[in-house]
Amino acid sequence: MSNPLYNKNIISITDLSRAELELIVSTANELKQHPRPDLLKNKVIASCFFEASTRTRLSFETAVQRLGGSVIGFPDSGNTSLGKKGETLADSVQVISSYSDAFFMRHNQEGAARLASEFSSVPVINGGDGSNQHPTQTLLDLFSIYETQGTLDKLQVAFVGDLKYGRTVHSLTQALSLFDCEFHFVAPPALSMPEYIIDELKEKGCTFTQYDSLDGVLSKLDILYMTRVQKERFDETEYQHMKSSFILTAQMFEGVKDNLKVLHPLPRVDEITTDVDSTPYAYYFQQAKNGVYARQALLALVLTNEFGDK
Amino acid sequence: MKKHLKVEAIEQGTVIDHIAPGQGIKILKFFELSKGRQRITIGLNLPTYAGEHKDLIKIENTVFDQNQANQLALFAPKATINVIENFEVVKKFKVAIPEQIAGVLICPNSNCISHNEPVDSRFNIKQESGVVKLKCHYCEKSFISEVFKELH
Ligand SMILES: [Zn+2]
Repeated sequence: MSNPLYNKNIISITDLSRAELELIVSTANELKQHPRPDLLKNKVIASCFFEASTRTRLSFETAVQRLGGSVIGFPDSGNTSLGKKGETLADSVQVISSYSDAFFMRHNQEGAARLASEFSSVPVINGGDGSNQHPTQTLLDLFSIYETQGTLDKLQVAFVGDLKYGRTVHSLTQALSLFDCEFHFVAPPALSMPEYIIDELKEKGCTFTQYDSLDGVLSKLDILYMTRVQKERFDETEYQHMKSSFILTAQMFEGVKDNLKVLHPLPRVDEITTDVDSTPYAYYFQQAKNGVYARQALLALVLTNEFGDK
Repeated sequence: MKKHLKVEAIEQGTVIDHIAPGQGIKILKFFELSKGRQRITIGLNLPTYAGEHKDLIKIENTVFDQNQANQLALFAPKATINVIENFEVVKKFKVAIPEQIAGVLICPNSNCISHNEPVDSRFNIKQESGVVKLKCHYCEKSFISEVFKELH
């Protein structure tokens, strides 16, 4: 019997079913509790960053090493001869995938990973394609939520900040909409959740509320997902107002639930003040570390049949 | 009642009727109809019995298959196709929006990978409360059919 993700491409979070998301989360948990340093022995994984992203790349390459595999690849296409002679991505992928057992990539154009998967002879894992998808971020977010709450169902989840352009927020909302969660969207009107996400939630019958300030929201929550608001999008007065409405400080935790956890995809700028870091609610650094386990889980599922036969 | 024939009848071919005004020219371009050697008659802004206006295209010696007719539905969801033989309508059918369309439209997202790679563009089509939405298979962005200006 093979697990449902064996030999599959991981391109878009919306390709994954609830059962597949649960399998990835439970595998990440398993690998965190019981490391498997030999699982990918003799496997070669291509790590191709056509666009630089140091955190994602280090997290992914750590995942490979922790499972005993080896990495080939490049940290950004500026350092390679790829594309310089007019070579298409399709051709590059065919060649690189012929050297490796799996292909992990990041690219600045939307749809690059889907296209690569159509030309690759080995499974492709999307590490971000332009403003489109970044499924491994969502998987580490899901794993962090599961780890801190013991479940992905019946949770009160708030998203705060730039919900319009925040790709991580869109994917995580889509993933959680397969579970029985209630959503709270906190954003300035100019940066509110895009209509297509709202339409999807309505279609699925999910419960959600939109707010223009954090006031009165915190006490209900199990998960508070903060995101960066780019200062450049506002003039100075607007920004000062935003600070009071969308910036999290340690004083604001009065009356919150004990199990509340604050997540953030990092890097943060000033939307979470540093006094939050030492509270029991802060979880963003553990969340970043969980990226390694989530990526280990994907590699383990895509490349082996050791997990998933439950 | 006296019928006013605004467009000359054809002996053999296809009449695409009930095209929304303004879409007739688009359809001609879309199917590159004028590139062939068959005779084409086009009527723009023809009055209908209901007091509205429509465009109409007659193409001689050409028969649309269901697949072509469905692509046409993107531009003219209410069109009817009449197959003409010997000046008579021998078959009449409505168009239906296809589930997918490949290789015809260019993705409006300028940063979509499909523009400069050796692949056909591909869109999944969904109709929501009368609006035709196309979702790019590659960049996953959704567009309403009106934004497609260019063709492949
Ligand atoms: Zn596209």
